[in-house]
Amino acid sequence: MTDSTNTGGDVRLSGISKTYGSFTAVHPLDLTIPQGSFFALLGASGCGKTTTLRMIAGLEDPTTGTVHLGDKDVTDLPPYKRPVNTVFQSYALFPHLDIFENIAFGLRRRGIKSVKKQVGDMLDLVQLGDKAGHKPHQLSGGQQQRVAVARALINHPQVLLLDEPLGALDLKLRRQMQLELKRIQTEVGITFVHVTHDQEEAMTMADTVAVMNGGRVEQLGAPADLYENPRTTFVANFLGTSNLIEAEVVETGTDVTVTAGGGKLRLPADRCGADTRPGGKLLVGIRPEKITLAHADDAGAIADGRNRVTGRIVDTSFIGVSTQYVVDSPAGTALQVYEQNIERDSRLAPGAEVVLHWNPAHTFGLDAAQSMLAGTVSDAGVETVEDAA
Amino acid sequence: MRLLRKNLVVIAGLLTLAYMILPNVVVMVFSFNDPAGRFNYAWREFSTDAWRDPCGVADLCGSLALSLQIAAWATLGATALGTMIAFALVRYRFRARGAINSLIFLPMAMPEVVMAASLLTLFLNMGVELGFWTVLIAHIMFCLSFVVTAVKARVMSMDPRLEEAARDLYAGPVQTFLRVTLPIAAPGIAAGALLAFALSFDDFIITNFNAGSTVTFPMFVWGSAQRGTPVQINVIGTAMFVIAVLVVVAGQVAAGRRKRTDVS
Repeated sequence: MTDSTNTGGDVRLSGISKTYGSFTAVHPLDLTIPQGSFFALLGASGCGKTTTLRMIAGLEDPTTGTVHLGDKDVTDLPPYKRPVNTVFQSYALFPHLDIFENIAFGLRRRGIKSVKKQVGDMLDLVQLGDKAGHKPHQLSGGQQQRVAVARALINHPQVLLLDEPLGALDLKLRRQMQLELKRIQTEVGITFVHVTHDQEEAMTMADTVAVMNGGRVEQLGAPADLYENPRTTFVANFLGTSNLIEAEVVETGTDVTVTAGGGKLRLPADRCGADTRPGGKLLVGIRPEKITLAHADDAGAIADGRNRVTGRIVDTSFIGVSTQYVVDSPAGTALQVYEQNIERDSRLAPGAEVVLHWNPAHTFGLDAAQSMLAGTVSDAGVETVEDAA
Repeated sequence: MRLLRKNLVVIAGLLTLAYMILPNVVVMVFSFNDPAGRFNYAWREFSTDAWRDPCGVADLCGSLALSLQIAAWATLGATALGTMIAFALVRYRFRARGAINSLIFLPMAMPEVVMAASLLTLFLNMGVELGFWTVLIAHIMFCLSFVVTAVKARVMSMDPRLEEAARDLYAGPVQTFLRVTLPIAAPGIAAGALLAFALSFDDFIITNFNAGSTVTFPMFVWGSAQRGTPVQINVIGTAMFVIAVLVVVAGQVAAGRRKRTDVS
């Protein structure tokens, strides 16, 4: 969409931080958001993602650091002088104005007199042409959300900031609006910065995701890259589910060989995020969907060269497209395995002895000096605390 | 019996309404009386004399005009100050905020006659001449608490994000206040203003202590009640009541029409 060498419209945060008294909401942070990209700040409530967004909007003064839009330093500009607009959580539509006036608000404040055509075009873009005379409370949640987007976009901001814009919608509508927002972003080509606690939402919509935790960016990258190559246990657990197995390094080379629970596992050295010296500790990670489950009787049929872990099924749950198994093994307890429901093996029931096997190339390694539980539901309360951010 | 049980709420409601309206009905009916003596306490015969000549009693309309004037200024002053206090109390954290929050209720809680006497003491000690200004100052003071209470409730329920949204959409501080804050807080401010007007208009005790030789409408009614009650007092009372009802009904109709056009 945009020439990658053109940095005229990038958002650049340099050493930006925010402290409230003794509490540090955002640790000094450097971030460059390329012009025209769909960028997501992902994290649990209280991780500093909304504060970061508000500092870009100008609604929060950074304690240290600067905010640049392109070459312009906007750190000291009030929000009404920044070419940036925000879609607020719960929309913040003006209740005393109708939809037309809500959308026209920004244009009118900048002294533009003939707003009719622009507002009409914007109403069409968000497919609300027939609602112009309605008051916000007469619209459904999804419609209000679209008005909030239109109200911001009509100003042609350099950057559109979205603060948990879909948090108040039910699941089905949320999926629909994700595609809708993505479509609008492609259509208008404006930089979108999207704050969310929903990892699936971030991965569906964004070109680049920054995973935040405790006021810091843990890792930044394309969704697939983050998912396949998490560098911390937080990212591994927060984005999808990971099985993490404590292991000891035996041999290093292009492949690293480790022992875990008496068995040997291999993984590519370039997927190890930690120091790998023989005798060192390592957390071996594997995604549940990468694992194939075989009944112990069929163990002989497994191809050579695959990583294997033997165990016993303790729980299964059928969820339509797949079945999720929980397996205890000497290498680790409560390992998750997702199997597509193509040909279901009726022997794979709780209590059955099984072999988990997978391609070593799908294995990743993490530094063992961090909590295995970081970023899990029980650790962060991700799923329960939605509105506190 | 079952009918009674089914409509108990309606019956209780109607009875309560009757209880509240009855005094007003008496005022209204007696405004059409032609009393025998100077006291308008016994019904004699129907007459519209008083309605045709409402200012027929000496000083009555003068005191009414004064009361309306004081009520208007007191409303303006109390509403402006009270609105600012309410915003300050809800929006900002400052030293003595808690103290002010409770002290603001003091004029409501203090027995009116005590406050009236204390105000008089204060004015006399300061050497202020009693009259229009002392009454106005006193009225603004006791109306403030009510305005603050009414506006505060509204401001507390306002989403601060609305103002952030306005600032985000190129509205400077003044524009944000005029275009967003004020219109949304308006119902609370209006409620406070109406309350202030009503309280100021019919205040007797505090006014009586601090008015000097000035005579407001309630003071006139009280004063004339010693010597006789002219029917014109009932006329003024009825007129005020009817105007108030008309204003409320007009407001309701306007709101209803706005809602209907919204839906269509």
